[in-house]
Amino acid sequence: MSSPFSINGGACVAMTGKDCVAIACDLRLGLQALTISNNFPKIFSYSPSVYLGLTGLATDVSTVADLFRYKVNMYRLREERQIAPRTFANLVSSSLYERRFGPYFVSPVVAGIDDGGKPFICGFDSIGCIDFAKDFIVSGTASDQLLGLGPEDLFETISQALLNAVDRDALSGWGAHVYIIEKDKVTKRLLKGRQD
Amino acid sequence: MILKNFQAHGPSPAQADRRALRQLPSASTSYQTTTQLHHRIYSLVHPIYTHQTAEVLLGITGKDFTIIAASKAAMRGATILKATDDKTRELNQHNLMAFSGEAGDTSISQNTSKPTSASTQCATRPPSPAAVSSFVRSELSRALRSRRPYTVNLLLGGYDTITDTPALYWIDYLAALAKVPYAAHGYAQYYCLSILDKHHHPDIGFERGMELLRMCTDELKRRLPVDFKGVTVKVVTKEGIREVEYVDDKPVKSA
Repeated sequence: MSSPFSINGGACVAMTGKDCVAIACDLRLGLQALTISNNFPKIFSYSPSVYLGLTGLATDVSTVADLFRYKVNMYRLREERQIAPRTFANLVSSSLYERRFGPYFVSPVVAGIDDGGKPFICGFDSIGCIDFAKDFIVSGTASDQLLGLGPEDLFETISQALLNAVDRDALSGWGAHVYIIEKDKVTKRLLKGRQD
Repeated sequence: MILKNFQAHGPSPAQADRRALRQLPSASTSYQTTTQLHHRIYSLVHPIYTHQTAEVLLGITGKDFTIIAASKAAMRGATILKATDDKTRELNQHNLMAFSGEAGDTSISQNTSKPTSASTQCATRPPSPAAVSSFVRSELSRALRSRRPYTVNLLLGGYDTITDTPALYWIDYLAALAKVPYAAHGYAQYYCLSILDKHHHPDIGFERGMELLRMCTDELKRRLPVDFKGVTVKVVTKEGIREVEYVDDKPVKSA
């Protein structure tokens, strides 16, 4: 039988490069093997350089994305500044653990550039345990080649990693969004991917 | 010695755990162990998900319209109780909701139609399809983790009078929301989505939209083993919502 994490399908990956990070997701929304929509983005922005990717149960993807929009808006009003990636990661962690015994069925990934211009990425389980990473989150085994890539090479790497992964997974795919985040610039690209 | 003291005066770890659990907001009901709680949460999505109904909901958008079709049979188990059922409700002048699922739970249409109707809004104009879909989703998602969730699937057809564009939202009983060009619920999904994948185009006119609907209902009559008693068809345009007469008495050539 299907677990709540795999009913709707989806994939998300984040990687670090030299003074830049990338985060990418697929666009499929499905009901087990049936595809409902091929335009369901799973990456959300919470400040110019803080991005959150959410995969899992689609209803919780929307609920959690909206919940953090509310919480980050309140943070920004109270603090009169943008939220930093590390602060946001701790907010995600504590908010998910609040629901320890009735969790949101999502696997979040945070990617951003901190105040010092250093890349920050991390992942979580559905009850908020943070998984800090130097190189990448979600997909394959660690590899040293990823470190030290410039923004263009990083785009190529993350795109190939995601596309090859979703082409192998029946529950993911149908196009992808890729965000390359640099200190003062964010580039969003739509990958068409396989449409079958 | 210390251990003995602990046992004599303090609660055992297991008792403390249960006590702490009872004080958690999410455990405020009668659930006493984590296991029971997990079963409760999983049961929301687990056993019923693959259950598809023979009730038909269809939605097609085009250049300047949204067509919503819903089967006329009110079914209970293997019995048809009524053959002229209307599974749609007008939420406001430009928003139409179609629903299928647990009979009593379709009251969500009543519970959401009042707040989304024009007269109860503080703003000067009725809410847009995007606003309505967002509101309905929030109601449904709140209910999902309550004591008694709604088990209804919805289609929201609308027309945005500001941007002059039609809109169609697909919502399932788990409150997953997707804006789509065409949609279906229940077994109809398996037959109709592939037809619409092949023939639909965002710029189609109303006549072509009705042709696509005919292709879908013909296929359903051909392939679906149950008689869903035809469909009621409603269209949302700039002018508002109107019902379309849909002659459905011609026999369909079998496959």
